[in-house]
Amino acid sequence: MTAAVTGEEIVGRGLREGKYLFAQWFMRLGQAAENGEQAAYVFVMGSLAELLRAFDLHIVFPEINSLQTAVKKVSGEFLTVAEDYGYSPDVCGYVKADVAMQLQDGRHPMGRIPRPSIAVLTNACNTYLKWAEIWDRFYHIPLVTVDVPASRSAATSGQLDDAALESDRRFVEQQLRELIVQLEALTGRPLDMDRFRQVLHDTNRMTRAWARILELNRGTPSVFNALMDGTVYLGVANALRGTPEGALYFERLVEEMEYKAAHGISAIEDEQHRLIFVGVPCYPIFRRFHELFAEWGGSFVSSTYLWFAAGGMNLGFEYDLDRPIESLAEGVLRSVRAATDAMMFHDRALLEAIDVFHADGVVYHPVKSCRTVSTGLADSRRVVLQQRDVQCLYIESDMMDQRVVSEAQLKNRIDAFFEGLNSRRLRRRAQEAPVAGPDASATRVPA
Amino acid sequence: MLHAGGVDVGSTQTKAVVIDETRRIVGRSLIPTGANVVTAAQSAFDMAIAEAGITEHDVAYVIGTGYGRYKVTFGNSQVTEICCHARGAAEMFPGTRTVLDMGGQDTKAIRIQPGGDVLDFCMNDKCAAGTGRFLQSAAAALGIPMDELGTRALGGQKPVNITTTCTVFAESEVLSWLAKGKKIDDILLGVHRSIATRSIALLRRVGIEDEITFTGGVTRNQAMAPVLEEALGKKLNISDESHYMGALGAAIIALERARAGEGTEAVRAGGAT
Repeated sequence: MTAAVTGEEIVGRGLREGKYLFAQWFMRLGQAAENGEQAAYVFVMGSLAELLRAFDLHIVFPEINSLQTAVKKVSGEFLTVAEDYGYSPDVCGYVKADVAMQLQDGRHPMGRIPRPSIAVLTNACNTYLKWAEIWDRFYHIPLVTVDVPASRSAATSGQLDDAALESDRRFVEQQLRELIVQLEALTGRPLDMDRFRQVLHDTNRMTRAWARILELNRGTPSVFNALMDGTVYLGVANALRGTPEGALYFERLVEEMEYKAAHGISAIEDEQHRLIFVGVPCYPIFRRFHELFAEWGGSFVSSTYLWFAAGGMNLGFEYDLDRPIESLAEGVLRSVRAATDAMMFHDRALLEAIDVFHADGVVYHPVKSCRTVSTGLADSRRVVLQQRDVQCLYIESDMMDQRVVSEAQLKNRIDAFFEGLNSRRLRRRAQEAPVAGPDASATRVPA
Repeated sequence: MLHAGGVDVGSTQTKAVVIDETRRIVGRSLIPTGANVVTAAQSAFDMAIAEAGITEHDVAYVIGTGYGRYKVTFGNSQVTEICCHARGAAEMFPGTRTVLDMGGQDTKAIRIQPGGDVLDFCMNDKCAAGTGRFLQSAAAALGIPMDELGTRALGGQKPVNITTTCTVFAESEVLSWLAKGKKIDDILLGVHRSIATRSIALLRRVGIEDEITFTGGVTRNQAMAPVLEEALGKKLNISDESHYMGALGAAIIALERARAGEGTEAVRAGGAT
């Protein structure tokens, strides 16, 4: 860090720069749409951005476009367009917002997205496959689905032996080589290995920085809020993956987080409770949702969203530039498997996170739109309650559809959750230094 | 003498309790909440202090609870009804480890520690199945006053199987059973069993531990407790004051805060929901 940098300059820089870079990225997509340039549609889990970027294709993340409609408070309009077109209210809100965008020539709150020239996806989410078929029906584009072998069971999650991992890696590598042939045909030029290595190198820089950022949030107080700040960081992590701007952004973010850690600057004012968030954020009331926790001094120090929506950056896996295609295959295998494990088999990782992040509570947020990330959360909650002395909160709403977000009901449960946390804290203090009986009143309440 | 008050502004009814420094209930009231929540809270409190034979100046601390807790404008602070029912149940039945609170729109299963601290809770989400509103729908469909539902249900011999989990659709299902010639008492017993099934599912999510205390407005229904007890295979703690449990818990916490010399808390801007 340079000696001249001041707290005023550095604190909050990641959010400012993240929002700027994000807006720039959307602007470039808008220009690509106007110019009719080639674009690849991909998904957050297993985006294969490195390979697509090496072919200089614009990369469009429909999940990110869709969530932006909710953050900008217009998702209802997009959902209505798709439902009027014939999609059921039960269909994933991300899919419907994207369909509405396609029906409106790619227009959305951040600008306009280009039409796809190709869609590249993995089997990380069952909806991905059906979603891509919609684009095929609209545009008759090639769909390339990379079949990534997932964990065979909870018992073997993340623990496959080397031989099995290598076998799976080769299976993915072969599919990547087939994808390269298709991309060469689409763009009319061969894969530039030097350019490819450069992209992988920039992703490695981002991964290294991200690992340090996550590590810094283990300290008290937390230096960033996994839900609010983390979502901005994830946006850059996906949109600018494998770019020099993305790498520089995360290296500067490390600088900011180290500064905050060194000066005891917390993510929220007066951190009282350290929480882990499980699920997808409540984008229709994104800021308010955060406030409902922050008002009680609750800070999200980690989240499963940071695991399954970071494109594998959380794993610390770095590409071997001497074996770029082979290594990308391993990276995709590891990241997609980790992402699905973060949804399906997260119990052990969650218990470990509770320990290393010194969490007081876990907040489960199943959403109506996505049963993939919501299934099993009630069981996970039971396991956590049995194995750790933490408070758990289980609240249901949605990531896109305000019609199923009830702020009054959420608030009631969140308030009771914090009353319980405060009461628990007082009880512990009373046990350490016996005084009058515990009373839920004597710790911080929202003011 | 020190007094403290609790005002529980529920979706259907508003309850107020005043206790003295020995934690004895000296005043209580129960009125419909209606459209004006602020007025309902004030009226209920006024009636409770009138019954206690004291004035509002004699009440050192008041806590608002329930969905309208932020509308208790004269209160000193707010606590959720989840914590208040837990404290109230523990006060009335000290052996309580599980609380089932069945209200007009909410049913809550709460697991507590000795003394009433909440360990875990679950509530119905965005659906009034398994709550008092389900009974209201059935009563409306059958044209029977709410206060007769329980006694009629207890007369049922062959309960029908109410399969819908939707409060709105329950009405049409009740009517379809009527059309098939089923007796009203049998239909009502089926409705009560349906609610019991939903509630027990909630209880299982937090874990059922003895003793179980039954609280909330539906405790006034004569059939609900026996139907629950039959389904659970356990006796429930229940008293004539069970309807006031949230307000009582609020009053108990208010008394502790008054003794601790706590001041009035500011209500945050977004608090009124």
